[in-house]
Amino acid sequence: MLSFVLRRFLLAILTMWIVSVLSFIIIQLPPGDFVDTYISQQAASGSSVSAAEAQALRELYGLGKPIWVQYGKWISRILVGDFGESMEWRQPVRTVIGDRLWFTTAISVCALMLTWGLALPIGIYSAVKKYSLGDYIVTFIGFIGLAVPNFLLALIVMYLAFVHFGINAGGLFTAEYELAPWSAGKAWDLIKHLPLPAVILALAGTAQLIRIMRANLLDELRRPYVVTARAKGLAEHRVILKYPVRAALNPFASSIAYLFPYLVSGSVIISIVLSLPTVGPLLVRALISQDMFLAGTIVLLLGLLTVIGTFISDLVLMWVDPRLRHQLD
Amino acid sequence: MITRLFGRKPDEQGEAVEDRFAVASQWQLTWWRFRRHRFATVSAVILILFYVLAAFADFFAVNDPHDTEARRSYSPPQLVRFFDETGFNPHVNVIRARRDPRTFRMVMDQSSKVSITLFARGYSYEVLGLFTTEVHLLGLKDAQPGEGLYLLGTDRLGRDVWSRLMVATRVSLTIGLVGVTISLFLGVLLGGVSAIYGGAIDMAIQRTIEIIRSMPTIPLWMGLAAALPSDWSVLQIYFAITVIIALLAWTDLARVVRGKFLALREEDFIMAAELAGAGQMRIIFRHMLPSFLSHIIAATTLALPAMIISETSLSFLGLGLRPPAVSWGILLQDAQNIEALALAPWLLAAAVPVIVVILAFNFLGDGLRDAADPYG
Repeated sequence: MLSFVLRRFLLAILTMWIVSVLSFIIIQLPPGDFVDTYISQQAASGSSVSAAEAQALRELYGLGKPIWVQYGKWISRILVGDFGESMEWRQPVRTVIGDRLWFTTAISVCALMLTWGLALPIGIYSAVKKYSLGDYIVTFIGFIGLAVPNFLLALIVMYLAFVHFGINAGGLFTAEYELAPWSAGKAWDLIKHLPLPAVILALAGTAQLIRIMRANLLDELRRPYVVTARAKGLAEHRVILKYPVRAALNPFASSIAYLFPYLVSGSVIISIVLSLPTVGPLLVRALISQDMFLAGTIVLLLGLLTVIGTFISDLVLMWVDPRLRHQLD
Repeated sequence: MITRLFGRKPDEQGEAVEDRFAVASQWQLTWWRFRRHRFATVSAVILILFYVLAAFADFFAVNDPHDTEARRSYSPPQLVRFFDETGFNPHVNVIRARRDPRTFRMVMDQSSKVSITLFARGYSYEVLGLFTTEVHLLGLKDAQPGEGLYLLGTDRLGRDVWSRLMVATRVSLTIGLVGVTISLFLGVLLGGVSAIYGGAIDMAIQRTIEIIRSMPTIPLWMGLAAALPSDWSVLQIYFAITVIIALLAWTDLARVVRGKFLALREEDFIMAAELAGAGQMRIIFRHMLPSFLSHIIAATTLALPAMIISETSLSFLGLGLRPPAVSWGILLQDAQNIEALALAPWLLAAAVPVIVVILAFNFLGDGLRDAADPYG
């Protein structure tokens, strides 16, 4: 069991390393080195960079040295928490990102909880009541969730809210709390605003999980042990919840590992439509204005977020499924 | 003949069906199984229509999709009426707007009734790169300057949404096909190699797949797509975006191929072929490939909607295709602004084909997957 945890941990470290290399590539991709970009951006905004200053910057990041030395310098600064300077905002990347990463995490985790919370009971319901009206309705909603890209869903929700209720459904705070310091009122305001983006984000994943759960449970319900449990005279809900649901949970739980990266990805896009203060809009702006340190750091942090999420769900999977635990012993 | 058909007893008929079943080829069985999935059959027809539309996009377009005109900015869709006092006469009411010279505001001038005609002359275009023509499916009869047919209204720059939608369909549908071809190639190659060689190679490929699947794809795509040089031509960007999307999308296909390879290797008929002295290549292409080709086709169909969503999302964010290219994502970009959307809800028109096509591909893929295993 320990070897399993260790193996997953090593894989997580490896993934993180690859994500960091990719982030570094993204920083490096624009033509010229970023000191050139920095100088031209400073010049565009009216201030100049002295030759000595430029030289010092080049020294700091090892520009002109082999690429792996540059990577080494960059990653060792990252490891001590120095993400470099955002060129557009002229502030440390850390300050620019600020709370935004937490909001991204909050929305993604919220959506994940919602996906589990909805897919499990609905999946059970539509398997047990196969071909009932409810099953058809759920299947239909599931297909909609599958077919409507979540940014489009966000757009349609925004439009309907605006036209029919005259409200702006975007944002995570009402105007009065937006710039206010943290307080109980602000936290409550956040909690009130979280469900909408979370529901939009969760719909596609929920649709997929319901289908998996339904198919798995249908397979299990045919097994002889279900007949045995019924023959023993167990109440129907106990028959279903105690045996086949638990057996059907396994593939359900393993699909969670792939859901979290998907949710984090999705949150980037819907944040832009719903103008949420997450890292998503920041990333798009940074990429368009070629503010590469900021962009690279955001990609790196989102990668870290999903790697941690995947690792945690591996642990959850092991905890949920005794078969996996025993197999590994 | 009729008496023979109806004169049979039911069990005799059943036997005949069974006979037919027993001698049918695998493809025939697959076809019968597929026909039973009604949603999938309907979806296949819809998708064929969509691709016909994509191939002859300019023919179905009415106005030049790039033709801008500030005077008709955000004009609403025209309602087609099929009958008037003379009987059947499809027509629209063309509203002409004029800028008031004193206030500079748009004033609705007058509306005039103009008939719609088939095979009208319009802007010239090339058909499949073969010949040039000016014939379009729809057009206005004897249109005066300033009169035009705008079935879905116009956007901010006064471009015809209907015509742009037609051209966008071509771009969005082909980008999916090209992308899926690339990831099919990668998936079959790496999945096959993984299954045939096994051991360390298999291990390395499987871990690579796991790593790719646990990465947040959209931010990575965005990063890579944003780094494409801004002086690249529309066509270069098109292919670069396709490759970027395909590079991260091959993993599912690789898994299907590997799984099928491993399962088939244990089958008796493969063993028989080996004992008969068939070479590895012959076994793979003559014996294994036909039995899992249908599974690959199904998996490919299910991979297509993800491609289309990816391209649409990237272009929507302004990081995918760039204007003057037109795709569904680029059309929806105009609808990003909630005020513009409230003013001109017809800008959301591109959402309809996106949803229909994705749904159709999902149904078709489901049907194909069921049909892929006709003996089951």
